[in-house]
Amino acid sequence: MTTATPLLSIRNLVKHFDISGGLLDQLKWRDGRMTRRRTVVKAVNDVSFTVAPGETVSVVGESGCGKSTLARAVMGIYPPTSGEIWFGGERIDSLSPRRMLPYRTRMQMVFQDPYASLNPRMTVRATLEEPVFFHQPNLSRAEVKDRVAEVMRQVGVDPAWADRYPHEFSGGQRQRISIARALVVDPAFIVADEPIAALDVSIQAQILNLLMDAQEERGLTYLFISHDLSVVRHISNRVAVMYLGTLCELAPTEELFSSPRHPYTRALLSAIPRLGRQGFAHLRLSGEVPTPINLPPGCVFHGRCPYAFDPCTREVPRPIVLDNGVALACHGVADGRI
Amino acid sequence: MSDEPLLDVSDLTVSFDFRRRSLAAVSGVSFRLARGERLGIVGESGAGKSVTGFAILNLISKPGRITGGTISFEGRELTALRAEEMRQVRGNRISMIFQDPMMTLNPVLTVGTQMVETIRAHAGVSRRQAEERAVEALRKVYISSPERRLRQYPHEFSGGMRQRIVIAIALLTSPALIIADEPTTALDVTIQAEIMDLLLKLCESERMGLILITHDLAVVSQVTQRIAVMYAGRIVELGETARIVENPSHPYTRGLLAALPQSAARGRRLAQIPGSMPNLTTVPAGCPFSDRCERCESVCRERIPPLTAKDTGCLAACHLLD
Amino acid sequence: MNALKRFKDCYFLYSFLRDPLAVGSLAVLVVLTVAAFAAPLIAPHNPYDPATIDIFDASTPPAWTPEGSEKFLLGTDAQGRDILSTMLYGMRVSLIIGFGATILQAFIGIIVGLSAGYFGRRLDALLMRLADVQLSFSTYMVAIFLGAVFQTAFGMANYETFAVPFLILVLGLAEWPQFARTVRASVMAEKKKEYVEAARVIGLGSRRIMWRHILPNTLTPVMVISTVQVANCIMGEAALSFIGLGMPITRPSLGSLIKAGFEFFLSGQWWITFFPGALLVLLIVAINLFGDWLRDFLNPKLYKG
Repeated sequence: MTTATPLLSIRNLVKHFDISGGLLDQLKWRDGRMTRRRTVVKAVNDVSFTVAPGETVSVVGESGCGKSTLARAVMGIYPPTSGEIWFGGERIDSLSPRRMLPYRTRMQMVFQDPYASLNPRMTVRATLEEPVFFHQPNLSRAEVKDRVAEVMRQVGVDPAWADRYPHEFSGGQRQRISIARALVVDPAFIVADEPIAALDVSIQAQILNLLMDAQEERGLTYLFISHDLSVVRHISNRVAVMYLGTLCELAPTEELFSSPRHPYTRALLSAIPRLGRQGFAHLRLSGEVPTPINLPPGCVFHGRCPYAFDPCTREVPRPIVLDNGVALACHGVADGRI
Repeated sequence: MSDEPLLDVSDLTVSFDFRRRSLAAVSGVSFRLARGERLGIVGESGAGKSVTGFAILNLISKPGRITGGTISFEGRELTALRAEEMRQVRGNRISMIFQDPMMTLNPVLTVGTQMVETIRAHAGVSRRQAEERAVEALRKVYISSPERRLRQYPHEFSGGMRQRIVIAIALLTSPALIIADEPTTALDVTIQAEIMDLLLKLCESERMGLILITHDLAVVSQVTQRIAVMYAGRIVELGETARIVENPSHPYTRGLLAALPQSAARGRRLAQIPGSMPNLTTVPAGCPFSDRCERCESVCRERIPPLTAKDTGCLAACHLLD
Repeated sequence: MNALKRFKDCYFLYSFLRDPLAVGSLAVLVVLTVAAFAAPLIAPHNPYDPATIDIFDASTPPAWTPEGSEKFLLGTDAQGRDILSTMLYGMRVSLIIGFGATILQAFIGIIVGLSAGYFGRRLDALLMRLADVQLSFSTYMVAIFLGAVFQTAFGMANYETFAVPFLILVLGLAEWPQFARTVRASVMAEKKKEYVEAARVIGLGSRRIMWRHILPNTLTPVMVISTVQVANCIMGEAALSFIGLGMPITRPSLGSLIKAGFEFFLSGQWWITFFPGALLVLLIVAINLFGDWLRDFLNPKLYKG
């Protein structure tokens, strides 16, 4: 799976946000003198992995683990603080907007909230035609119209409704339109940020099927961001587990769900609600998730890890790769204690 | 011990006045809850499950109102109570837990103040005694160093901790029934598991009834003994949790369960229910599920099916199962 | 056809028709505006044409009083101009200045607010401090200062021809921060939404995202302030005219009519001031009532007392 040249390659990606506000907010009186203090949210810290063509890689983790930031950094919405993003053999993280343009048609994004991701003042037609006109200005009106109608049919929205506004559609239909907007430029790669989290159960299945169908028909590659582990298990080839901005474990789906290795992965998987099981048998984690402003030293998980020992509090664990394609960062596993 | 149920909701109808029309958000909902029993109300958004929960507590506000049916709790008819009497029931015998803990917690008061006030409003005890009870209550929901925590404000707690405090407050008056409306929807899975586990254990140990309102079938199956599945304001299936999960009767319940990713082989298409749930203005005549049902026949479009016992051992509202 | 049907069904129209105050105020507003702009057609006299004015008609009381003349329904002013006609022409001037100044304010405010909100950081800090400074001077102070300079520089004779654009400029420059602040606040809220990220993922440039995607979604509050500001500008112009820095009496606005008549008010010629004053009040009240309804409709979260 990883032998092919990767379509997307993320190398040592770091994204920090400075939330300290204006200069006046940064100045603090401390120990009798004025100091300038910045508050930095360390959302993503040194994350590396690759996505092969045609593959679905999911990134899972709990709120605040940096998975959405990672998605936006890949799409170039947030410029990375450091690290590299390579797409199809070219480095794209520091391209100018003009040089980035060709990649905008090759990589697209589907968003979480179908009520916020469509411009409420634009008709469906305007929303879907805009990217086509923008990237292929030489196409005729009729060609664009045909293309939009075709994509609408593919996502299961009647093209006759194209002149309506988003508020006239249900959540599921809006998400279809949002997917159509991503598909209309015919991309090879789609980042889907929690595309079904805001939808009702019966609609979730429709959208998941749509995403899987589109993948099959167009040979798409997905980077799928989700907190719903049962969904992730269903659609991914490989799964990356994130905690507090770092990658804990990245493994082929079956491998991860049948034999999770990282203590956090184990705790996370044990907490998935199971249909038809009475009561709970989850692994209890002590304490709370620390804030990404003050990251704990060493392994970010050590404060809550039942197996934490001395090196975990001091050294950041280096990622190790096992022979079955599992990569993980844990001192305990590296030393053979877990 | 008598066989009298803790809660007996019969033919409950809640309507909302909208542009001179009155639309039923909940129609003809009936169910019973025995003492210490845990019932799940499952449905998608707009199915009327939250409205049902609010109606039991008489918390429906304009333009909605209860337009029919009875709600009998511990032998008293709740719809006939005056506002003052209802308040006594509400804080005392029935507690409610919302999705957003900040619906319950006051952001400008410390957790301790809020808890002590609640205790003293319902029991004539001294401040010192009330504080001791509050500490004990926080310990029950596994909050460490409760004495210190009592002096903190809600914003100093994480989302999961806040929801635990809300549970602690809900338990203060030893209610006979807790209504929890999507209590863990906003929380992460690991925290969800802890909160649900906590709620389940407390209900068992205190012998409290629980109505768990949620969209998550898996969660509900882990916590409850019986499930009521709601669709477009009506209960379409009601029965023991294990039976419904293993052998659902109503086409909607079947569709819901089949649509879960767990139900299909990895990477395969999921079974899907076409369309989406009608809103209040577009509910079809006859069976509300008729326009999405694959087996729909002419009778389905004409008459609303009653909730009747089926061979599966559950109650279901479907013409085609007789 | 389809659009018309949709408009008939929409909640906007439904809610509007259910509120008699809103319907009434809009009706008054429409009648007044039409009357003002149709003044050359419907006014019985032309107050701008000195040939039709006879000084012997000066200070005729309204028609229904014993000394009144049927020629002048609401009487005449000290120069012998028909009050009704002068009022209609004057209201036209007032409305032009009110709308013109509001459009100018909105234009400056939207550009400033949009840039500040979208680009943020330094530009935001700079523009918003500028707005603070502008707001800290009162409108009248700016107007009095500029008015005095302008009148001395160009002389009263030229002032007459430039008065309308000048007043639009002064009132427009004085209160643009109202718009800038509101637009900036909604831009900051909108730009966090996913549809803006989607536009960036498509590769659209900043300018296009600002104007085509964000701006249309910030226009709701702009509409609400616009109604309030039209009323404010008409009043502002009236106040400036009243202190002699607004429209000259040869091309009167409602404000200058009130001022002109005020001198004679105590000598019993009440009509010269009273009718323009009443019309001004009616106009302002109608605009504000309609604006209130619009605000309540567009922002249901705002508690209606």
